[in-house]
Amino acid sequence: MDLSDSDLALVAALAEGLPLVSHPYRAVGAQLGLDEAEVIARIQAMRDGGIIRRFGIIVRHHELGFKANAMAVWAIPDGVVSEVGRVLGDAPEVTLCYRRPPRLPDWPYNLFCMVHGRDRGAVEESIQALVRRFDLGAYPHAVLFSTRRFKQTGARYGRPIPRAAAAE
Amino acid sequence: MIERAQASAGALSDPQRHRSEAQVESGGAKGAEAPARRLRGYEIDALDRRLLNEFQQDFPLADRPYAVLGERLGLDEDAVMDRLARLSRGGTISRVGAVFRPHAVGGSTLAAMAVPEHRLDEVADLVNAFPEVNHNYQREHRLNLWFVVTAPSQARVAEVLAEISRRAGLRVLDLPLLEHFHIDLGFDLKWT
Repeated sequence: MDLSDSDLALVAALAEGLPLVSHPYRAVGAQLGLDEAEVIARIQAMRDGGIIRRFGIIVRHHELGFKANAMAVWAIPDGVVSEVGRVLGDAPEVTLCYRRPPRLPDWPYNLFCMVHGRDRGAVEESIQALVRRFDLGAYPHAVLFSTRRFKQTGARYGRPIPRAAAAE
Repeated sequence: MIERAQASAGALSDPQRHRSEAQVESGGAKGAEAPARRLRGYEIDALDRRLLNEFQQDFPLADRPYAVLGERLGLDEDAVMDRLARLSRGGTISRVGAVFRPHAVGGSTLAAMAVPEHRLDEVADLVNAFPEVNHNYQREHRLNLWFVVTAPSQARVAEVLAEISRRAGLRVLDLPLLEHFHIDLGFDLKWT
């Protein structure tokens, strides 16, 4: 699915969240010169097309009592990293799972999983369970608990720019 | 001072890879345990719990979506908006909005820095000051500051990293997303 310039403008407007007014889609459209039905149709299309993978209430873990989070990372050989990633990404303990490039010598790890829990012990247990269940013990591994949150907001895409420039 | 992907140049040559990793904020732990009930001085009740848990996906695309929520919960539209406003003020709700597929729009990356302990507050403030930074955490590692940069283009993401590196006088590791493995279904709060 390709995004039009007006879709990109809508994406930027939605980054702030839907306003708490009776007709929120109309309010969003008013900033963009779109009517209510057009806004709804474009969001629907982006949802159906997979551009928007979730549309709804976005909660904050910490405030809901999930006080601990850790980034669990592994160094997995290139040939099997995607397979291991798919397995970990489906595990119920894992909130997010990504492959990223290693940066030697500072950072040898290429597979990243976020794990949330009520406290540190719960997160540690979850990670140990993953290591046992998927036989990950042989791979270099680190667990980076977060100790302070300096900032957490939604992504801001800023003023949308034309596709040609965005694809540079 | 910024390290760019080299080992993974193949994956990065796909133009889609340049477009974004979107945001990583509140993906879904599918099986989290029961959390605390008291939030900043008020008790969240059963209807709040349903609001928080049942509308993380498939939010109504109707002219008056809060009225639709109200119909399902037995509340009127104003009562739904009042509760959402209260939960937002309390910090429980980040927003009602979209989580975009990684790479779908704009550019982004995860960045890490090794900041001397005595400079951590200063450098964290410097990083936070960029509107393109949407997450910024201290973590237990020699690389102790981790943040996500999201911008309309990958070029702007690179500029932000370069500027942070220059102002802090510290190296910034750039760890762009190469592949994602998780389908975001929201965060199951499992209240009961």
